[in-house]
Amino acid sequence: MSKNTVKQVKTRKEMTKAQWTWFLIRKNKMAYMMVAPFMILFFIFTIIPVVLSLLLSLTSFNMLEFPKFVFMDNYITLFLDDDLFMTALKNTLIFAAIVGPASYAISFCVAWFINELPPKVRAIVTLIFYAPSIAGNVYLIWGVMFSGDAYGYINGFLLDMGLIDTPILWFQTAKYVMPLCIIVALWTSLGTSFLSFIAGLQGINKSLFEAGAIDGIKNRWQELWYITLPSMKPQLMFGAILSITGSFGFGGIVSALAGNPPVDYVGYTLSHHLGEYQGNRWEVGYAAAISFLMFLMQIGANVLVTKMISKLGE
Amino acid sequence: MAKRLRIRKHQVVLNRSAGGDAGITFVLAIFGIFMALPFYYTIIQSLKPLNELFYYPPKFYVVHPTFDNFTDLFNLMGDSWVPFSRYIFNTVFISVGGTFGNLVLSSICAYALAKIDFPGGKQCFWLIQKSLMFSATVGGIVNFITMSALGWIDTYLAIIVPAWCSTLGLYLMKQFMESNVTTEILESSRLDGASEFRTFWSIAMPMVKPAWLTLIIYAFQGLWNSGSSEYIYSEQLKTLNYAIGQITAAGITRSGASAAATVIMMIVPILVFVISQSNIIETMGSSGMKD
Repeated sequence: MSKNTVKQVKTRKEMTKAQWTWFLIRKNKMAYMMVAPFMILFFIFTIIPVVLSLLLSLTSFNMLEFPKFVFMDNYITLFLDDDLFMTALKNTLIFAAIVGPASYAISFCVAWFINELPPKVRAIVTLIFYAPSIAGNVYLIWGVMFSGDAYGYINGFLLDMGLIDTPILWFQTAKYVMPLCIIVALWTSLGTSFLSFIAGLQGINKSLFEAGAIDGIKNRWQELWYITLPSMKPQLMFGAILSITGSFGFGGIVSALAGNPPVDYVGYTLSHHLGEYQGNRWEVGYAAAISFLMFLMQIGANVLVTKMISKLGE
Repeated sequence: MAKRLRIRKHQVVLNRSAGGDAGITFVLAIFGIFMALPFYYTIIQSLKPLNELFYYPPKFYVVHPTFDNFTDLFNLMGDSWVPFSRYIFNTVFISVGGTFGNLVLSSICAYALAKIDFPGGKQCFWLIQKSLMFSATVGGIVNFITMSALGWIDTYLAIIVPAWCSTLGLYLMKQFMESNVTTEILESSRLDGASEFRTFWSIAMPMVKPAWLTLIIYAFQGLWNSGSSEYIYSEQLKTLNYAIGQITAAGITRSGASAAATVIMMIVPILVFVISQSNIIETMGSSGMKD
């Protein structure tokens, strides 16, 4: 027997940690090849842009000359010298604080309410509530309903009833813009998280409810708090992330209905401000600072809320 | 105990009071009407003849329904200097190309992340989960620079390729595979000598049909509804949604045609959802996030 046949195969215990990892990497070559195409694109178009935004935000850059390092100047200008930014920041926070939690709560409540309907009815009700979020431009009809002349449905109705004397310019009047945009945003907000909640509620083991009833749960509200919510934590977390992310990026509805910029800059959000510096003024470093702040707020809110949800029922 | 038992449709239910049921039905009905009203307005608006569009006070129903607005819309489309079929082609091309790539790359990647234990896999998925926590606009500036560097500005590629690595579909697919494809069945295929890719293609993929249907619908819907993009300047490369937006932007005189356009644009995603609802809900069953 030559010594070739006694090929040394080390066991896990004999290997160092690095050797073991290297062994696993070589063994799973196929897995890396399967993950690579997606992950490479994902890095190019999602991860690296976030990192580079941070770097760019420390520079002054106009896409023509080489970026000039200015350290925190962009951020200092944003907070001390840019009143519009403060307006945008305030509006974004208001939108996020109202639309995020409200859309989340409505999605959950509706999903919970329809959970016990017969399957066919549930499918129809689901469609009615979900349709606004997928129907593209349908929300523009709110512009017609609240049209500023007497041909708008709401004005026509109010005039007819004698409640007002002259048509109200709904989307051109500062005090109506925010509330109306919030209503429209909520109208379109029963999206993926809503479906996730419906599925989560359907998936709860029914015997938990029976056990709960025996253990002294008296009504549906107690059942909700002690059994339903804790059993669907994963869905609640997923839904929260989608709601929060969506509510911070808010802006499209305002531009479409109230114009960009809207009257007196009510409803002017960070995404408008970002678009202004990125698309119109080409102050890329400054825009990067805005987008990086947006990133921080979204991640911050998401991490905070998912922490809270994971504590639920403990 | 006995007094809390109620019978609904021959079924005993626990902890449900008749008053609660009635209250919930009432709230649902009010909300439901609120949700449906704008659709109702859009549809009646699209069916109103011109004189009824300018009735004062506006009527909440149509007296003489007509399809004039739809024919108007098609006439307007015929007048545009870029043939309308071109906009339709653009939207279909972008939607199909983006969705197909997203489906292929995501399902292969999701399989490896869900079913193969390899160093780095968990970290990859962690990043993907985190990417759901911020909106795509955050990277917009750098993406614009990337697109310029690649020479993709004003080409379909600038829209299609980023759509390939959209993460929501991958996330749903991975979660669904994890809970619906058992490791045993994959092991037996591997023992039979099938390669990892073959196992993925002929064992795992057929088992996750609801998930890839959901991914297709999500990706397609997003692309179908995409309007003007900052990467596209040429008129002949723009999308259907953008073109319809141009028609409706003309304001009150075209409010009928614009409502007709909205009806046409909304029918596609709604029909798709009606057909696939049960599959989507099934996929969402595993959508939960476990820290």
